[in-house]
Amino acid sequence: MLRLEKRPSPSRAWTIATPVVAVILTMVAGGIMFAMLGKDPVEAIRTIFWDPLFNAQFAAYSRPQLLVKAGPLILIALGLSLGFRAGIWNIGAEGQYIMGAIFGAAAGLAVYPVESRLIFPVMIIAGGLGGFLWAMIPAILKTHFRTNEILVSLLLVYVAQNILSSMALGALRNPEGGGFPGSRNLSQIPAMANTELVAGTGMHWGVVVAFVAVIAAYILLQRHILGFQIKLAGQAPRAARFAGVSPNRLVILCMGISGALAGLAGFFEVSGPAGQISIDFATGYGFTAIIVAFLGRLNPLGILLAGLLMALTYIGGELAQFMLGLPSAAIQAFQGMLLFFLLAVDLLSNYRIRLARKEIA
Amino acid sequence: MDFFGITPSVLIASLIVASVPILMAAIGELVVERAGVLNLGVEGMMIMGAICGFITAVETGSPVLGFLGGAAGGAALSLIFGFLTQYLLANQVATGLALTLFGLGLSSLIGQSYVGIKPPPTQPVPLGPLADIPFIGRVVFSHDWMVYASLAAVAGVWAFLRYSRAGLILRAVGESHDAAHALGYKVVRIRLLAIVFGGALAGLGGAYVSLVRVPQWTDGITAGAGWIALAIVVFASWRPWRVLLGAWLFGGISVLQLNLQAAGARIPVEYLSMSPYLITILVLVIMSSGRGRAALNAPAALGQNFHASR
Repeated sequence: MLRLEKRPSPSRAWTIATPVVAVILTMVAGGIMFAMLGKDPVEAIRTIFWDPLFNAQFAAYSRPQLLVKAGPLILIALGLSLGFRAGIWNIGAEGQYIMGAIFGAAAGLAVYPVESRLIFPVMIIAGGLGGFLWAMIPAILKTHFRTNEILVSLLLVYVAQNILSSMALGALRNPEGGGFPGSRNLSQIPAMANTELVAGTGMHWGVVVAFVAVIAAYILLQRHILGFQIKLAGQAPRAARFAGVSPNRLVILCMGISGALAGLAGFFEVSGPAGQISIDFATGYGFTAIIVAFLGRLNPLGILLAGLLMALTYIGGELAQFMLGLPSAAIQAFQGMLLFFLLAVDLLSNYRIRLARKEIA
Repeated sequence: MDFFGITPSVLIASLIVASVPILMAAIGELVVERAGVLNLGVEGMMIMGAICGFITAVETGSPVLGFLGGAAGGAALSLIFGFLTQYLLANQVATGLALTLFGLGLSSLIGQSYVGIKPPPTQPVPLGPLADIPFIGRVVFSHDWMVYASLAAVAGVWAFLRYSRAGLILRAVGESHDAAHALGYKVVRIRLLAIVFGGALAGLGGAYVSLVRVPQWTDGITAGAGWIALAIVVFASWRPWRVLLGAWLFGGISVLQLNLQAAGARIPVEYLSMSPYLITILVLVIMSSGRGRAALNAPAALGQNFHASR
């Protein structure tokens, strides 16, 4: 009979090792899933995790994509991780991402066709503001009416998706688009385009902001009083209250930061890789970022690595779809499995497993 | 008497039908939460129920077997949640989210070859002359058996929680797992049973979406119904009959907005389709603002993991 014994404090070694173990277990379980779909599991895993980076034929295209996909994931996951640490569950990042894209694009398109260097910075601010305001809805409802932020933020995703399609069909539709849904293509308007900064790397402004955010979040959590309060509120809410940490202030700050970062991610996506506001603009980055946050152990540096790995599964998944005919939904299930294994092996960092005789109770 | 070409008796009848999926999922989740477990994976379990039920019904040609398959699919997914949270003590919020993400992916994976197929129809229960009574016949006596089953589930859960010893034990586990453990009740086992029950009902609700409401299979067919079911449990302040009220309220809004869309109302379609979500949020706010009354009624051990240290 196995027995669990709580560790006095989480094991440092296991804290670092668990994501690695989880990834390996997911590869095994995913391999079984691919085999059940009638694909060679070893080839499928190699196509997903190896070929995008090192295959001579595809790497030239895939490698830049790594940063393009990782940028928004890291940016959103960083914001989410602050809240998750404090026990504030913003799971509507997808909605904030959409609203950031709409606000940012609308700010630029409102002055079209004016050409000015100021337009792009204004659009960035508008994008962040859009996500921030959308996140303020669950935050203020939480602080004023104690409404559950999990449900409100999630339900707002569906509202945002409807606003998105209304924008693509109505207010933001390209007047010269022949009646087709979708806005003007921002990436073709010089003043508004989020261009690749270094050719062949996939590095755009969103990736730069994501890297800066990683450093800022690291400093915030390690060196700033707010970071300490966030960690305290998550680990010992009562102690935090005695220490004078205002729970409402934390809710507003954590939701606001994560909303603004998700909004920025949305804006950089719409002005660069996606190009335009369209009905199918939202592809689920806001939800995948939840997995990234946990895979990175809610730690900024961990999230950086986790974001890159998760981006790899996206690109590898596309490649496997193209090469092996692996359905795209298989990758989604694969990513979900990763979160399962992660949560399962997390046990090892908080508990010791001991052999014991039959328990009485 | 018609409003915008909407007949009241038809409206009420379709309201009852529209509320079945969320009613099923919500009453199941209510039992889970009364046992002190917060399973946020309702959406994932519903969509697994939707696809498993759909495949079973199409392959066997029997809608009844389809619903059973849906229940089995939801229950199977809920077992993953149960194992992770009850044995491996994983965070319930995160595990529930994982369940939803995984369920959405897996359902679209196994449902690929079933897109565009019509499932075998579920017929109304033949109640003979009762269905011919004006108004009441249309509203009450002309539904398929799942509608009556969902109402029976509400009554059954109410009676179970209120009058049975097992229901009392389940509530005890949800209020204080340490006390229940000290009294010798198997906290983990009771919670697992509740989780599987919740999963099966969510699966049934999902199967109702794909077999009756829509009826066909498309990716993401449940469209947030699982999240609304979770909200309805809070709205109902964890009481079975209020779940029914909440489900009808939501069913009414979604039917009304669909009817307004069909009637060509001046409001753009997107704003009509977002209205159920907005009203759910509004209702949540009203419920939670009543000086914490809803919060007071929540099971005290909701969302806390149990680890027998002694």
